[in-house]
Amino acid sequence: MEPEISKDELRRLYRTMVLTRNLDIRGLQLQRQGRIGFYIGCLGQEAAQIGSTYALKPEDWTFPAYREIGAALLRGITVKQLLNQYFANAEDVQKGRQLMNLFGVKSANFVTGSAPIATQIPHAVGAALAAKLRGDPIVTMVYFGEGGTSENDFHTGMNFAGVYKTPTIFFCQNNHWAISVPFEKQTGAETIAIKARAYGFEGARVDGNDVLAVYRCTREAVEKARRGGGPTLIEAVTYRMGPHSSSDDPKRYRTEQELEEWQKRDPLVRFRRYLEKKRIWSESDEKKAQDETNREIDEAITYAEKIPRPDIETLFTDVYAEMPWHLEEQLRELRAEKGTKA
Amino acid sequence: MTVLNIVQAVNRTLRDEMKRNDRIVLLGEDIGVNGGVFRATEGLYQEFGPNRVIDTPLAESGIIGVSIGMALYGLKPVPEIQFMDFIYPAFDQIQSELAKFRYRSGGQYTAPVVIRTPYGGGIRGSHYHSQSTEAFFTHTPGLKVVIPATPHDTKGLLTSALRDPDPVMFLEPKKIYRTVRGEVPDDEYTIPIGKANVAREGEDVVVFAYGAMFHVAMEAAELAAAKGISVEVVDLRTLLPFDIETIMSSVKKTGKVVIVHEACKTCGFGAEIAAQIAERGLLHLKAPIIRVAGFDTPFPYILEDEYMPNANRVLNALEKTHNF
Repeated sequence: MEPEISKDELRRLYRTMVLTRNLDIRGLQLQRQGRIGFYIGCLGQEAAQIGSTYALKPEDWTFPAYREIGAALLRGITVKQLLNQYFANAEDVQKGRQLMNLFGVKSANFVTGSAPIATQIPHAVGAALAAKLRGDPIVTMVYFGEGGTSENDFHTGMNFAGVYKTPTIFFCQNNHWAISVPFEKQTGAETIAIKARAYGFEGARVDGNDVLAVYRCTREAVEKARRGGGPTLIEAVTYRMGPHSSSDDPKRYRTEQELEEWQKRDPLVRFRRYLEKKRIWSESDEKKAQDETNREIDEAITYAEKIPRPDIETLFTDVYAEMPWHLEEQLRELRAEKGTKA
Repeated sequence: MTVLNIVQAVNRTLRDEMKRNDRIVLLGEDIGVNGGVFRATEGLYQEFGPNRVIDTPLAESGIIGVSIGMALYGLKPVPEIQFMDFIYPAFDQIQSELAKFRYRSGGQYTAPVVIRTPYGGGIRGSHYHSQSTEAFFTHTPGLKVVIPATPHDTKGLLTSALRDPDPVMFLEPKKIYRTVRGEVPDDEYTIPIGKANVAREGEDVVVFAYGAMFHVAMEAAELAAAKGISVEVVDLRTLLPFDIETIMSSVKKTGKVVIVHEACKTCGFGAEIAAQIAERGLLHLKAPIIRVAGFDTPFPYILEDEYMPNANRVLNALEKTHNF
């Protein structure tokens, strides 16, 4: 049942998981040190994100929620781009306008996310419908959590996708906790996957901590969508090993014991063991990967921290394609207040 | 030149622009085979087919959310929300997503969706087919809000909206969909978004209005003229971004201001106009600004005529300010 993936590619997947993990650890540290304003991570969900994204082609589109760091890195978004975003500096492609990891890069077809839950789901359906109408053989992938499935936009997105048979992969990372609310208070259904049936398409459930199982399951769904077979809902069962965000303390609502149980199923440990058993990965590979990824992150931090804030004009640009009179006026007022000239 | 009503002007404009731009896609409830409950899309499904005129499930947030996704991909979606009163399931999509995509992505992504929706009272529709809630949208940076009052302006403004790089709320005054008719040039033309129209020149008082209330203002101006009051009437046409130059020029000319809208008074769009005038031109004013607006109640049913501003109520305001 193992998918056909070359050794180099397997190594690349694992290395991206390591990079994601290390970036996540450093991201939360930067917030704790007061160097960045906020952090929201994906600790424990690396396999779900990287296995699913690996099934996409470059021309496919990703609609992330807000913790898809592993997906972003595999799509080719760089550590430097992410750090520029975390520091909200002048080189951030989003001009310092969003909270950390609410992030998108157009050249990677990785659409800028937002904080309201599940709003991106109908967008993924719309983009897939547009591609279908234009005859473009692309697939859209949308990420959300099990909490997101309670939202209206999950229902409406699934419903539209079922009606128009759009090439959309609904990828639910069931990480068991929507901040402090557990799965069983989110839905009376036994699984998320069975919800697909009501919308007229298939749902699948996969071990979200097994990167190869996630890849195989997603690849089938992607191939089906590309053939014109319509959407699939995938429920990847995983676990949020970290806090919801830097503002959250999971000790308030879940036990250490539960966390420890899931730490035994850590997706990085599992994949590393598999690779070592296959003699694709060694102790020295591990050390090299850890060192290299940490060095890359350190360099990006050092770089990003030195870049100044975006110019105050960027407070007013991109509201519209052209700045209307009232925003020009408000920009002049702000410049006067700051004592700077146009 | 062809004489059309407003709903016919909407229909013709959609058809003309759909012929010019194959990326325009219409979607909404009952807009396809049925041609729309107000007939705004009549014949378009038959002419352009199901890939350009798409009947959707009954779900406003889906209609707008899917439109945003289509726009991100490069199409020009024109969703219809059947009544503006039903737009609220899509409010999150409009506020949190549509209006913010360009900004939050640093200009990488845009969603230039044109949302068409009939609004306003005067059709015996009670709460849920009558409201005029444009101020929710004029309070949203990133949106443009356009309201035509004549068939001629409908074509010019809708053509501009369909070519605009930003999301546009195109609010259609349903009370006058069929009652206002006028000559519409057959040739292509646009009216720029953000430009008001001085529809009637006058010296004593200026009335600012839009949509169905523009015609109420014109009627009141005529009644006032018979009493020796010279009234200027400005059709604002675009509420966001509004035409401050034309507004202030009429304020300076007359020094007396009446603002008319059917939306309820408190925090209605008239409050913004009044505040702008106060900030910029208080010393040009010769009398207090008067707002003639809907009452601060839910929209009524049997007492609708009492609720809606009419020419007499506007005339009273004109006389009051004139005699101040």
